[in-house]
Amino acid sequence: MKILVAVKRVVDYAVKIRVKPDKTGVDTQNVKMSMNPFCEIALEEALRIKEAGFAKEVVAVSIGPSQCVDTLRTGLAMGADRGIHVETNTSFLPLTIAKILKSLAEVENPGLIFLGKQAIDDDCNQTGQMVAALLGWPQATFASKVVLDKDKHIATVDREVDGGLETLCVDLPAVITTDLRLNQPRYASLPNIMKAKSKPIKKMTVQDLKVDVKSDIEILEVTEPPKRKSGVMVSSVDELIEKLRNEAHVV
Amino acid sequence: MHRFLVKLSSSNQFRSFKNHRLLLPLLPSSKPFTSSSSVSSSPPRQSNRSGYPYSVELFRKISPLSSNSRTLGVNGRSISSEAGRESIEYDVLIVGAGPAGLSAAIRLKQLSQEKNVDLSVCVVEKGAEVGGHIISGNVFEPVALDELLPHWRQEHTPIEIPASSDKFWFLTKDRAISLPSPFDNKGNYVISLSQLVRWLGGKAEELGTEIYPGFSASEVLYDASDKLVGIATKDMGISKDGSKKENFQPGVDIKGRVTLFAEGCRGSLSERIIKKYKLREEVNAQHQTYALGIKEVWEIHESKHNPGEVVHTLGWPLEPKTYGGSFLYHMNDRQVALGLVVALNYHNPFLNPYEEFQKLKHHPAIKRILEGGTVLQYGARTLNEGGFQSIPYPVFPGGAIIGCSAGFLNVPKIKGTHTAMKSGMLAAEAAFGVLHEGINMNTYWDNLKDSWVWKELYAARNYRPAFEYGLLPGMAVSAMEHYVLKGKVPYTLKHGKADHEATNHARKCTPIEYPKPDGVFSFDVPTSLYRSNTNHDHDQPSHLRLRDPKIPEKVNFPEYAAPESRYCPARVYEYVEDEEGKPKLQINAQNCLHCKACDIKDPKQNIEWTVPEGGGGPAYSLM
Repeated sequence: MKILVAVKRVVDYAVKIRVKPDKTGVDTQNVKMSMNPFCEIALEEALRIKEAGFAKEVVAVSIGPSQCVDTLRTGLAMGADRGIHVETNTSFLPLTIAKILKSLAEVENPGLIFLGKQAIDDDCNQTGQMVAALLGWPQATFASKVVLDKDKHIATVDREVDGGLETLCVDLPAVITTDLRLNQPRYASLPNIMKAKSKPIKKMTVQDLKVDVKSDIEILEVTEPPKRKSGVMVSSVDELIEKLRNEAHVV
Repeated sequence: MHRFLVKLSSSNQFRSFKNHRLLLPLLPSSKPFTSSSSVSSSPPRQSNRSGYPYSVELFRKISPLSSNSRTLGVNGRSISSEAGRESIEYDVLIVGAGPAGLSAAIRLKQLSQEKNVDLSVCVVEKGAEVGGHIISGNVFEPVALDELLPHWRQEHTPIEIPASSDKFWFLTKDRAISLPSPFDNKGNYVISLSQLVRWLGGKAEELGTEIYPGFSASEVLYDASDKLVGIATKDMGISKDGSKKENFQPGVDIKGRVTLFAEGCRGSLSERIIKKYKLREEVNAQHQTYALGIKEVWEIHESKHNPGEVVHTLGWPLEPKTYGGSFLYHMNDRQVALGLVVALNYHNPFLNPYEEFQKLKHHPAIKRILEGGTVLQYGARTLNEGGFQSIPYPVFPGGAIIGCSAGFLNVPKIKGTHTAMKSGMLAAEAAFGVLHEGINMNTYWDNLKDSWVWKELYAARNYRPAFEYGLLPGMAVSAMEHYVLKGKVPYTLKHGKADHEATNHARKCTPIEYPKPDGVFSFDVPTSLYRSNTNHDHDQPSHLRLRDPKIPEKVNFPEYAAPESRYCPARVYEYVEDEEGKPKLQINAQNCLHCKACDIKDPKQNIEWTVPEGGGGPAYSLM
C-alpha cells in the first residue's frame, strides 16, 4: 500500500508575525518557515505505519513556491521515500489544494491519504474533508489514534471531538487528518538528512494535473485583531448590568 | 597608574624587534605537525607583548601535549570506543555558520576548485536556520568580502545601504551634545548581519559546502594522542528528567581532518579548548573582556528615516564608571537598528542592561526618531572587548579557532565582522595547506600576524583599557590615540579585572530604580522576548548548568543581590520563594537568547552555558 502525505510550508509556530503595511496579507519575507506541526504528525504516523509493515511507500507532497523543496527534504529526512512538489507562486485556498490532491491521488493510487487537521497559518481545517468528498472516500478527521487492519482493509480511528472521543471504522482507501495527540514526530537525524539529498523529488505543475485553479474567493483585506482594551472595574451589580446592556450589548 | 602598563621594553628587545623584520622572510617553512616530542622544549616564556612583530621563538612549535599533564578524561574518547553512535568524516569540519565559519568554508571550496582538489567541507550550526542566531549592529566594512568574493558588488546582496553620515552624541538626561565623530564609516554599509550571513550561506552551498543547521555541537572528540578530531552533536529527545523520550535521536560524531571552531563570542566548546590546550598562557594573552549588546530593529515613520545614517552615543543612561554606549543605524525599508552596548565589567550588581536600554529609548533625541514606529525584532548577544591583548593562540592539534571565538573585534571601530571573516579565510588557507601540502596549521597564526587584522588590532589596542581610568580620561586617551598616536606607542595598556570579578558586593552599592515600561517605547522582558522568536523544546534538561547548585542561594542572592536576574536579557534567571519562603533560583532555560552573558558575568563562574538541543534559540532575520 502507498501512503500519500500532504505537507504544508508555513510560518514557524514560534515566530512573531505581523501584517503587511498594505494589508494584503501577513509579512512572510525574512520570516522563518517550517513544516506545519500537524503535517509533521501526519508524516510521522505514515512512517510508523510503513515501519509496522502495513505500507510499502510513503510519498510526501507539497504545493507552493520553490522553497517547498526544503520542507519536502525535511520530510524525506524523517523517512519519506520520495517527494512531489507541485510548484506554484499563488497561494491557494483549501478547495484548490483539495482538487490538486485529488488529481494526484488518481495518479498515485494511495491506500491512505494523511493530512494535518489544519494549517497553523490559516487554521482552515477544510482540506482533508474536501479531498475525501472530491474522491468519494471515507474520512476520519482529528485522529488521535489510528489502528490498521490489513486483512479487512479498514482503519479504526479515534477522533477528538468536542464531546470527547469518537471511534470510527473506515474502509480503505480513506483520508485521515491528524490531531496533536496522535504521536510525537521524530527528529530528522543528520545521517538521514544526508541520505535525503539523494531521494527523488518530482516537480509538477497544476497544468500537469489538469486542475482548474480559479478561485471563487478573493481576499480583500487582512488586519490585525484590535488591541485588547484594558478592563474596567465596576462598583455595583447595577453598574455591571448597565455596562453589559449599553456598552457591550450582550444583555 | 603603572599596574596597567607593561614595563617599557628594554633596548635589547628593541634590537630584536628590528631583527625580526629581517628574520621573517628567512623563516624555514614550518615542519608538519607531529604529536611526538621530537621538537626541543622551549625556555619558559616571559611577557613579550611589548614588541611587534613577536619573537619567532615563541611560536615555532606548539607545546607538546605530553601525557604527564593530561589524561583522557570524561570528554576525551578514542575513535573506536563509542558503540552505537554514527560517525561521519569530512576533510574540514567547521562549527558555526557565522561570518567566520562561512568565509572559511567559501575559501576552502575556492581553493579546492583552483587546485582541482576535492575537499569535503561540513558546517554545523546550532540555529534552526543559517543566520538565525546572528545579531550585530551592523555597519559593515567590506574589506574582507572584497577579498573573498570580489564580484559581490555586481550581484544582488543584502549589502545595499552605504553609510551616509557619522554622528556622535554625548547624551545627558535631556540633551544630545554633538561631538566630532571618532568613526569614519565612508565606504561601509549599514546592513543586517543576519541577512548577510544567509547570503554567505547560499554562496557556501553553491560551492559545495554541506551546511547542517539545527545541530548543536555539544562535545569535543579527541583521539588517543589528545589531538582534536571532531565534535559530537547533542542527543535529541531527552526529557527534563534525563530519560529518553519517544523521539530520542542519538547525536552523531562528526570528524574532520581539520576542525575549525567559529562559535562566536564566548563559544562554549572554544572556551573548553582554550582552557584545555592553555591557549592564552601559550602567548601570555590577557583574559578576554566582554560587553553585552541589546538591540531592537524598529520600523519607523518615513519622515524620520534617513537610510545610511549612523549614530553613536556615549554617556546617558550609563554612569561614567560603566563603559558602553548606544548605536542607531538607519537600514533600508524604513528600518533602524537601535541598541545599547554595556561593558560587562560594571561594578554595580544592581545594573540591569536591559532596563538601561529601555531608558535610552526615552531620551528625547532617540524618542523623536522612534515616535510612531513599531518594534520588529529584539535580541541580545555578548561581544568581545579584549582586542589585541586577549587574543589567544588560536591553533591546537587538530584545528584552530576563528572569528569572535578567538576574539578579533576592533573595539574603537566596534566592528568584528571583517576581521572574523579574514581570520576564517586565513585559517582556511592554512587548513588547505595542511591537507594538501602537509604544512603546519601554525601558518594560520603566522599569516594572521602578517595581515591587516593584526595591524588594525594592534593600532586599536589602547582605546578600551584607557577607560579603566574613567569616562573622561578614557575619552581623552581615545582622542589622543585617534588623532595623534594611532597606537604607535611602545606601551600596551592592560585590562583590569576579569568581568566576573569586577562586580562589587551588593551591600556596597546603591540599588537602581528603573521606571516601568510604557508599552510604546519601552517594554517588559516577556514582550521583548516574544519579538526574538526564541523558543526551545520545553521538555529537555536545562542547558544552563550550575557547577555547584548551592552557590546561587548561598552567594549570588545574599552577596550580589542575584545579578543574573538583572543582566540576563531574557529573564532566564528568577528567584522564587520555595515552600519555606526562602529564595530559590529558577532557571527558565526556554527563554535563553544564547547571549552567554551568564557564562561571563556570574561572580563565582558557577553558570556554564552549554548548547541546548539543536534548532532552539532565537530566530533572528533582521538583526
